[in-house]
Amino acid sequence: MSTRLATGGRLLSKDKALSFTFNGRRLRGFSGDTLASALLANDQMLVGRSFKYHRPRGIVASGAEEPNGLVNMGEGGRFEPNQRITTTELFDGLTATSQNHWPSLDFDVGAINSKLARFLPAGFYYKMFIHPRPLWKHVYEPIIRRSAGLGRAPTAPDADTYEHFHAFCDVLVIGGGVAGLQAAKAAARSGARVLVLEQTPHWGGRAPVDGGTVDGKPVDKFVEELVSELADMPNVTLRNRTMGAGVYDHGYVLGYEQLGDHAPEKPGPRHRLWRIRAGHVLTATGAIERPLPFAGNDVPGVMLASAVRDYVVNYGVSPGDRTVVVTNNDNAYLTAIALKYAGLSVPAILDARVLPTDSPAMEQAKALGIRVLMGHAVSSVKGGKRVTGVAVCSQSGEGAVLEEIACDVVAMSGGWSPVVHLWSHCGGKLLWDETQAHFRPDVDKAPIGADGHGFVTPAGCANGVMQLDAILADAVQAGEIACAAAGFRARHSDAPTAEPSGETPMTPVWMMPQGAGIKLRSKAWLDYQNDVKVSDVQLAAQEGFESVEHAKRYTTLGMATDQGKLSNINGLATLAAARNVAIPQVGTTTFRPPYTPISMGAIGGEARGDVFQPLRRTPMHDWHAANGAEWEPVGHWRRPYAYRRSGESTHEAVMREVRNTRDKLGLLDASTLGKIVVKGPDAPRFLDMLYTNMMSTLKPGKCRYGLMCSENGFLIDDGVVARIDDDTFLCHTTTGGAERIHQHMEEWLQTEWWDWKVHVANVTEQYAQIAVVGPNARTALERLGGMDVGKDALGFMDWAEGTLGGFAVRVYRISFSGELSYEIAVDASHGQAFWDALMVVGADLGAMPYGTECLHILRAEKGFIMIGDETDGTVIPQDLGLDWAISKKKEDYLGKRAQARSHMADPTRWKLVGLETEDGSVLPDGAYAVAAGENANGQRNTQGRVTSTYHSPTLDRGIAMGLVLHGPDRMGEVLEFPRLDGTTVKAKIVSPVFYDPQGEKQNV
Amino acid sequence: MSEPVSALHGISDDHGLVRITELGPRGMITLRGDLASSAIKKAATKGTDLSLPGPGQAVLSGDDGVAWMSPDELLVMCAYDDVQARLARMTKATQGKHALAVNVSDARAVIEVSGTRAREVVAKLAPVDLSPDAFTPGMFRRTRMAQVAAAFWMHDDTTFRIICFRSQARYVFDLLKVAAQPGSEVDYF
Repeated sequence: MSTRLATGGRLLSKDKALSFTFNGRRLRGFSGDTLASALLANDQMLVGRSFKYHRPRGIVASGAEEPNGLVNMGEGGRFEPNQRITTTELFDGLTATSQNHWPSLDFDVGAINSKLARFLPAGFYYKMFIHPRPLWKHVYEPIIRRSAGLGRAPTAPDADTYEHFHAFCDVLVIGGGVAGLQAAKAAARSGARVLVLEQTPHWGGRAPVDGGTVDGKPVDKFVEELVSELADMPNVTLRNRTMGAGVYDHGYVLGYEQLGDHAPEKPGPRHRLWRIRAGHVLTATGAIERPLPFAGNDVPGVMLASAVRDYVVNYGVSPGDRTVVVTNNDNAYLTAIALKYAGLSVPAILDARVLPTDSPAMEQAKALGIRVLMGHAVSSVKGGKRVTGVAVCSQSGEGAVLEEIACDVVAMSGGWSPVVHLWSHCGGKLLWDETQAHFRPDVDKAPIGADGHGFVTPAGCANGVMQLDAILADAVQAGEIACAAAGFRARHSDAPTAEPSGETPMTPVWMMPQGAGIKLRSKAWLDYQNDVKVSDVQLAAQEGFESVEHAKRYTTLGMATDQGKLSNINGLATLAAARNVAIPQVGTTTFRPPYTPISMGAIGGEARGDVFQPLRRTPMHDWHAANGAEWEPVGHWRRPYAYRRSGESTHEAVMREVRNTRDKLGLLDASTLGKIVVKGPDAPRFLDMLYTNMMSTLKPGKCRYGLMCSENGFLIDDGVVARIDDDTFLCHTTTGGAERIHQHMEEWLQTEWWDWKVHVANVTEQYAQIAVVGPNARTALERLGGMDVGKDALGFMDWAEGTLGGFAVRVYRISFSGELSYEIAVDASHGQAFWDALMVVGADLGAMPYGTECLHILRAEKGFIMIGDETDGTVIPQDLGLDWAISKKKEDYLGKRAQARSHMADPTRWKLVGLETEDGSVLPDGAYAVAAGENANGQRNTQGRVTSTYHSPTLDRGIAMGLVLHGPDRMGEVLEFPRLDGTTVKAKIVSPVFYDPQGEKQNV
Repeated sequence: MSEPVSALHGISDDHGLVRITELGPRGMITLRGDLASSAIKKAATKGTDLSLPGPGQAVLSGDDGVAWMSPDELLVMCAYDDVQARLARMTKATQGKHALAVNVSDARAVIEVSGTRAREVVAKLAPVDLSPDAFTPGMFRRTRMAQVAAAFWMHDDTTFRIICFRSQARYVFDLLKVAAQPGSEVDYF
């Protein structure tokens, strides 16, 4: 059993006991524990069930590489699945539950899959469920989806907040182990701004556990002094609990800071996403120990050798009373020695190597009385939910059992793999190091920055430099390279010296024992989380999945939440052996950010709740809100859709607004319409190019409706242009078009017509604009007084500047409703006051505000098109019968040439008509008119579609516009429109102008 | 005419790491033209003691100020009530020249962020190096804050003044409140 030791635990504050629960059981730990170490201290080795076979799974590792220890953390708004227990700091009141089992962790029905393992090989789903085809979607997939997945999805909204922070530095050091700290110091001596990120709460990485001396001091003391020296340097920032998550182009790096996970009661954001621009990036990300592939290596109690000594030294936890160490290198002997010093039993070290003489590590182990068996291996692990012993065999054989050794922990070490992830994210290449049997950065093929030089430098173990003395020297060199690359002059200082460890080289072991038969191989796990075994990868190779990327996807090797941190190298070595090629020929899969999963909250940052989206509000927004407005999103604007009065439905409100505007007086907040000033001697010529119609002939004081097309001929915007003076125009755009059209203008001016003398400015928000519409509009303005708004002084399509009710205004006599209408622009800071003044003078004239739906009905009754309804990016003005707005006189305009292309001039293009249902009902929006026969896909042929459809209170019937094949030539014909409910509605083709076709009402 | 009303009626908040205040209406004129010409220089600075700013800079004195917006654009700032007079002067100064001067005072809002943590609050939202060595009073930056366009300068070493679009003033104010929430100190600068 695992338990807390009486002594040890360098990271613990034993005076601070904490209480937590696991699967409802109340347990105790200490401040400084991780959830994993606290669970082990409470003899909870079993922490989860595997993904596919529901095998019992225990803690394997002690850090970010842990594949098994994933739990549901927290409750309610703080519930989060798949939290890694080895990196979760214990806090008082923590609650966790294990995942992927039913009904309980100890007894899981799903474990039946394990008995069926023989029938669930790699690619099982693909092979099994492909026939019959329709069953996949309706039967297989739903069942498989339900049984898949580890944690549960949260149901309550996240109770925490998150944020981003933009940081800039000259040298960014990722990793706060000895290499990172020493490199930071070397870089900082140049005066460069240095930022150091460390994912754990502690500095020094593995060194304090693995020991050694630097400059005659114990390494933990050295780390302590180095950290305090760096902390005192004004140009150095140290951030622990902050992971370097991803390296991107141009020195852009994401850091993931966990501020509140260890202290949920603390106010402030839970996570902070650091968005860093670094002059140069230094990766000192260390290395990860590899498991050994032997049968039963997934039984709880089989752990990485380094993790076993971490739990002993860092947390004062004994993973078990009797530990068998199995290794192919000297490093794992440290574990045996640490266990021995902690008073625990190490019955044997099984060393797969056969060395001519004992290495210093072996001598030390033997001197402590540990039995060392060279050339030996694990044949299989005994036990189900917990290790009970190992069967020992020769590494070179096929697994014949020589003896069985009782134990409750197996500490394994297959060698170390540098953490090359961050080096590789942005394209850094790797080399295969034969001696150390791992991939390490090829420093001559670094990720390339904008200047053509590498912008990432690896240091220490992450660079394949594995011994303390060499690590320190490598770190100094890397720090100096990094600061020089960032434009600083390195001030050299010799690296501190460490006592050489004198390790004897490891021997690669990719299968244990070497000649293991299928029975052992199909119990030798590579990927614990996704249940991929040696036999699965071999099967994939046998079935032709030669590329590592294909084999990965076929077997799901490395596709779990740990992204193969433990399994990748063993997996591709297995693949290489199966294909009989060298490991570098197989290569690695692609390393992608983030290094370990980061929260969605951190990615979203501040963007939630009130600031999820930048809502845009007009100067009269609050008035609308206080007067019953129902909002319609138009771009990021919120416009009133209708103003509901008490007891009214939205539809009733819209009908009332239409009738009132037609009969009396309606007010519309039109402030959102785009307004762009275009000025310069070439402005007339510029607008002639932008609009399909002629703008240069417009006289100052006059307005003209215009259409804008893209260079492909399609209609992109429309609006009224007012000529202010000879050189100056004010172009109105649609609400959603203001920024887009402004950009469109700037693009043409900056790229094509850069020598034209034109300036543009977007003044959309300078003005509050109010449409005063209806038969009583003139009376209302006359009551305000200050300027002549009579028919003769201000005719239809005129504009004038003046004052109304003491407000400085610009009045446009334009109409989008067919009624007598004025659009009045006033400085935005006076918008609300002017609106109030209109409501006062209009009170007895029937003044009422109206919303966008009323606006739509008014314009549809008049047959006016709306960008986005009648147009969808594929419609040209000619389709809409707007040929009158296309100048025949102009030599050119944007879109002219495109509109001359054959398919644009094709007479079979659908054209705009009005549609009137025979029964007076409202046509469904977007409905298609069917034609005879079927197309090649067996679908009904179509001959038109509805683009706008409303109930017109004015005509008391449904009205619609649509695009119909040969529509304008088919007046009076009846089309059939199928509804979603299977019924059909018939509509007659009519003129799109339903109301006041002569335009008498707007021209009074 | 009524009293001009700014987007947020001058509200402020000091519950977090900094004090956030919407300043009242401020005169702002977009001036476009050849920045090297004497006409533009005159238009931008006549009647003030200001000089023309270089790229990335703003020259400010009291209510008056000129900020560099782009190679052919300046932002001229003045008291709100001075705008019409200033516009008239500019129009005169650029007579016969190709230039544009247009009032944008009402299209904008100005929000002040003050306090010793102002730099880090703004740095949570804008991708700008705001370390004291890199960004100082006298500099001006057109950038974005979270999802919207913004521009800012430092009024003094602990005060930012942020210009945003009027319609987005509420968003920017709320953003700053979130970024300044208690307990969110970064301690980077």
